[in-house]
Formats: sequence, C-alpha cells, structure tokens
Amino acid sequence: MKITRKRFLQLSGLSLIAVIAKKLVRGVASVSASEGGAKKTRWGMAIDLQKCRRKDGCNLCIKACHSSHNVPHFADGRHEIKWVWKQSFEDVFPFAQTQYTRDVFAGVPVLLLCNNCDDPPCEDACAVGATWKRDDGVVMMDWHRCIGCRYCMAACPYGSRSFNWQDPRPAISAIHPDFPTRTKGVVEKCNFCEERLAKKLSPLCVENCEEKALVFGDLEQPDSEIRQVLRSRFALQRKPELGAGPSVYYLT
Amino acid sequence: MNDRPFIVIGLIVFVAFVTTPIWRGVAARNVALAAPEIKVPAQEKHCVAPVSYMRTSHMHLLNEWRTGVVRSQQRQYTAYDGKVYEISLTRTCLSGCHGSRQEFCDRCHNYNGVATLNCWECHNDKPTARSEP
Amino acid sequence: MLISEKALVGGRSYWLWIACLLLVVLAGLLCYLHQLAQGLVITGLSRDVTWGLYIAQFTFFVGIAASAVTVVLPYYLHNCKQFCRLTILGELLAISAVIVSFLFIVADLGQPSRILNIVLNPQPQSVMFWDLIALSGYFLINTMIASGTIISSREHLPPPKWIRTLALISIPWAISIHTVTAFLFSGLPGRAYWLTAILAPRFLASAFSSGPALLILLCFVIRKLTRFDVGNEALDKLSVIVTYATAINVFFILAEVFTAFYSEIPDHEAGFEYLFAGMSGDYHLAPWMWLSFLLSLAALTLLLVPRWRTNTRLLIIACLCIFVSIWLDKGLGLIVAGFVPSPLGAITSYTPSLPEWTIVCGIWAFGALLTTVFFKTTFSAWCNHEVHAYLA
Repeated sequence: MKITRKRFLQLSGLSLIAVIAKKLVRGVASVSASEGGAKKTRWGMAIDLQKCRRKDGCNLCIKACHSSHNVPHFADGRHEIKWVWKQSFEDVFPFAQTQYTRDVFAGVPVLLLCNNCDDPPCEDACAVGATWKRDDGVVMMDWHRCIGCRYCMAACPYGSRSFNWQDPRPAISAIHPDFPTRTKGVVEKCNFCEERLAKKLSPLCVENCEEKALVFGDLEQPDSEIRQVLRSRFALQRKPELGAGPSVYYLT
Repeated sequence: MNDRPFIVIGLIVFVAFVTTPIWRGVAARNVALAAPEIKVPAQEKHCVAPVSYMRTSHMHLLNEWRTGVVRSQQRQYTAYDGKVYEISLTRTCLSGCHGSRQEFCDRCHNYNGVATLNCWECHNDKPTARSEP
Repeated sequence: MLISEKALVGGRSYWLWIACLLLVVLAGLLCYLHQLAQGLVITGLSRDVTWGLYIAQFTFFVGIAASAVTVVLPYYLHNCKQFCRLTILGELLAISAVIVSFLFIVADLGQPSRILNIVLNPQPQSVMFWDLIALSGYFLINTMIASGTIISSREHLPPPKWIRTLALISIPWAISIHTVTAFLFSGLPGRAYWLTAILAPRFLASAFSSGPALLILLCFVIRKLTRFDVGNEALDKLSVIVTYATAINVFFILAEVFTAFYSEIPDHEAGFEYLFAGMSGDYHLAPWMWLSFLLSLAALTLLLVPRWRTNTRLLIIACLCIFVSIWLDKGLGLIVAGFVPSPLGAITSYTPSLPEWTIVCGIWAFGALLTTVFFKTTFSAWCNHEVHAYLA
C-alpha cells in the first residue's frame, strides 16, 4: 500500500497524541481514585520549650537521630548536614518579640526539624518526584531518584534541608548498620523516622528525650496525646502565614 | 597537503583504542576468561524467586522492592513458595543468605563489566546479625 | 554537512580563536570531572546559599536566548526589512544561549547521571518541568528556523513558507521561556527577595536590554572581521529597542526599591540591604551591585541622546555597560539575595571558588565556540538577493 510521507507523518502524530492522551487520562484517574476514603492519619509533633530547656546543653535527641540515621558530621558549617538541631528563640521567631519583651525567652533553645508540612513547597518544587507528602502526612525523600538540583532547598521556607556536598561516609564516625547512608549529590532531611513508624514505634528524638519534651502523635485523632497537649497550652508555629501548614508545634 | 600520514596515524590510534579491552584486560591477565564462581549460601536452598528468574531479572526485582519500600510502604514480599520476606537489601539478601557482596554480587558484576553498581554507595554492604527492630 | 563545509575553513586568526576557546573548554571540562569525583564541595556554595553562579548564569543566558524576540518580532510581524541580516544572527545566538543554559543546569546537578528522571518521572506541579519543556521547544523551533533560513539562502532560494509560521510561534514562546524561568523563583514562599510579581517583567526587561546589547557588540566585531555587515539602520533600530528596555528595567528596579523601603517591612528590605549595604559585616557584594546600578544609569544616559546613541564608539560603550550591569544584577546578585538572609536569619557569604569559575568560563567558551561556528556558517552561506522573500 503506497503511503505519502505527509500522510505517514499525520498518522504518526495522531498516534502519538492518542498514546499521550491515554497516559494522561490514566494518570488523572489514578490521582482522583486515591483521594477520599477513610479518615487519614496526620503525624505531628509538639515540642515543649519549657521542658526542653530544663537541661542546659542537652543533645540527646540530636545524637540519637544523627547516629541512627548515619548523618555525617562536618566541621565546616557551610557543608553541615543536620536533620534536627537547636537555635535560639530570637533566630526562630524573630518577630515574636520586641525590645520590651525580649528578656523572657532570650537565648531559649528551640529544636528545629523538618516541619512535614501539609502543603509542602518542596513537594511542588521537586521536578522528579524525589520528595512527596505521604497520605499519613510524612514528607518523604527518595534518595534513589534525587538529582541533587536543590530546588527543594530553595523552596523550603524553614531551612530544614541539607545537601551532601561530598561523600558523607568519611564523616560518619560509626556507621549504624540498620539504616543506609546517603551518597554525595542528594538532599536529605528529617523523615519523622518513617522506618520506625512502620513498626509502630515513635521517632528516635521523642523516645530519647529524658524530659519528655517531645510529644508525637496523630493530629487527626481528637483524643491523641498531641491533641490533648495542644488543647492545654498555646502553641506557636514557624511562619504559619506562608500557608505551608507545618505539623510541628512549639508549646511556650 | 599530503593526508596519508594523518590517515595512517588515525588508523593506528583507532585500532589501538578499539582493541583496548583485549590488550589491557585479557592479555594482561587482569581478567579471567572462565566464568566466575559465586559463593552459594550454605543454609538457604531457595531464593526469594526461582534461580532462573534471579539470573536474568534480579535487577527488576530489586527495582520493584525499592519502589515498594520507599514509595508504597510495602515492606514485605511474599515469594513464589509462599514464604514472606522482609524487603531489605542488607538484612534479607546479604545478612539472610548471600553473606558477602565481594564473594557473591561482585564476582559476576566485575566479570561482566557491570561494575557501576552503586547500591553500596548508600546501602550497608557488611552483613550483620539480625539486629533490633 | 553545511557546518563542516564552512566552519572548517578559515584563516590563521580564526583557528587561533578556536584553539583558545577549546583550551578554555578543556580547562572547564577537567574541573567538571573533578567536581563529578569530589562533589559540589569544590564550589563556594553552602547549606544556606545552595544556588550560586551556575544557576545565575543559567538565568542570565535564558534571558539572552529569549531576547531573540527583539529581532524576530519587528522583522516578521512588522516587516522591518532593515533586520533582514540581523534576525538570523539573533536566532543563532538564541540557540547557543539555550545550549549554554542547559549546560549550566547540568553543571549544577548533584547527580547529573539521573537527569533523565525529569522526563521519566514528570511532575507537572513543578515549574522546573515546564521550564524544560519551554526551553526544549524553543531550541527546536529556533534550530528549524535557522537551518531552514541558512540552507535556503545557500541554495539561492526563497525561504520556505513554514519558517514564517514557526517564527510567529517563537515570539510568544520566547516570552514564555523567560517567564517560566522567573516563575521558578517567584513562586517560592520562603524567599522574600524573589516573591514579587514584578520578577517576570524584570527578567524580560533585562533580557531585552542585555541580549540585543550583546548582539550589537557582536555585529560590530563581525563588521571588523568579516565582509558581513548587518547595516547601520538595523543597528540603529536595535539600539532604540535596547534604550526602551533599559529604561523600563531601571524603572522596575526603582519600583521594587520603593515597595521595599517605603513599606519598611523587614523581610522585603533585607535582600536589597544585604546586596547594596551589606549585613553583619558581609558587604562584599555591595561594590558590585552599586557598579551594576551606575553602569545602567550611564548606559541609559548614553542611549537616550540620539546623537550619542548613533555614535559607534559611544554605542559600543553603552552596550558594554548595559551587558556588564545586567550580568552583575542577574548573573550574581539576584540568586544570592534570595538566600541571604537565610530562613533563620543567618548571613552566609558566598564567593565562587576557582574551580567554579573555571567551569563557568569553560561553558562560556563553549557557547562562544558554538556562536562562532554558527555565525561563520551563515556568513559563508548568505545570499543577499532572496532575503525579503519571506516577509508577508
């Protein structure tokens, strides 16, 4: 059967459009199918600033997290990687105090970690789907897929993410065998200990805090411990006006 | 301009380049010609999938495992014989059965030149005893 | 192949130029291999300032690519016949600029071998996805237009009719590539310096100012070195476009400064304060930012007076001023000010390292190499008789 080049190109173009259309329809269908259903979990954390500052210089949560997750320690602050760390109240909430109210919380340490937002800007930014919000509220990282473009780091309004500027293994003093390390060129952050949540365990920071300053639980359950604690005292959030919907609360 | 010297030199460079695997590999005895011997696990007699499938497609299985754990929270795998395994490269493949990557994975991978295996850049390649959950 | 016919034939100075460019490309390549082995730790980037010279250069050269619209629109939409020899040069410059932008992205990636993930796992909610589509499409369109034009010119034939259609499509497409690049920055909630609706218009204004300025400079170089002359009328008209674009760009900058400093909102002021005055003892960018602003004003002064604008020497000075000015603003200041102060108020200084500069120079040299080869091919193939055939 003779076919002109023009006709051939027309048919190929139409076929290509048909294939893409089918994929699009499938894609849209799968997205809409996964929404709705039973009441969702939403993991959240409440950090009691009063309890946290009882022990001066306490680092138990940070040590537990970083050692179990093989987070490397770099002396050069410019290349540091941190999943959870502390900074003073003035740095974290710069507009919460004025020169007349500064003394109350001057120098109070605030624990910082990924807020596992409800509408994470990092998820929107990621061009390859290496970071996404799970149904239960945990914002995940796929270190196999990350291309290291660091767009998510630009998008994060909280500075929660770190990049592996070099091979992290030499900077890990003792590699914990039960969790992988990462490799150079990928972004990492606190993952709410999702590997422990899968075994119905609470995050390492929560478990290792001797003052019980960290409360972790399901924000969607009205009678969970975290909801009770949030009903009992006023809680601050970091930059709530940006609309990211952080899941970490700070009890003053 | 007489191009013959350039053509001859170019040909010599090309032939040398194309035969690099021969004179750098085999002739220099850097690579064995015989198929490698891999260390088979002593206790376990069955893998998570039939041996013939694993020989041809273990990378597909590992990709599915990776997607399952990281993206779909599927941490358990039911094998063809009904046995349930925890999906873990280190704990199940290495610690559970195959022991050392040097004596198992690397033997075939190095021989076949599929040496860009970068699982171990991140995953722990030293088998451990089954540790706490 | 057309390019191999024309680009491999040249005099001593041509080959000397090619050799120098290749040397710089080689140096850049070696540094990049070093970066592949060691990681991005060899750059001056840090946890707070995660994007720097690479992404800034990407932004700048997307602007250069988009600026081809300033020579395409008058020619194809308004039958501006004086642009007949200029438009093809603008389109070719756009092709090199897109390739250079893409190379800067690859240079910035932590895991470049995984770059195909953008195609294999597309994420339509990410602006970067649309940026890739826009830039790839623009590259294809311009390649088709340019090759169609040059090949038909070599054969002394009128250009095919579809070139006009593609050129008309390339006009809104050019606007879109730089808009989408601006949207990469202006949609991020946590970066106050970038979170402004005027960022996309600013990008376009600065692109239409710096791109044609570069093209004018290149035309003077070409006039000196070859027999190809785009003509004084074309250069005059293009310099008027540069004038308007520069004026609008300066106005946009002043409008931004007004909003920031009249409202006195600390987050809005912070980026400008860091750039122009420095904060916490770090003011190393301030001299460069002031230089950028003064160069823009100087260029605008030279361009606004017709007697000066039509004077070759003054026009060259004005174009140099505007190009350097916008390079300092877009290719350096813009990115850093988005990251400093950090979300936790930290002032982290960013200075590109030597390997970083070398990689940047290597990519620049590669762009210059491409542009040289493209232009030389055009000069050799150009036929003056058929040029007006594809106007409406």
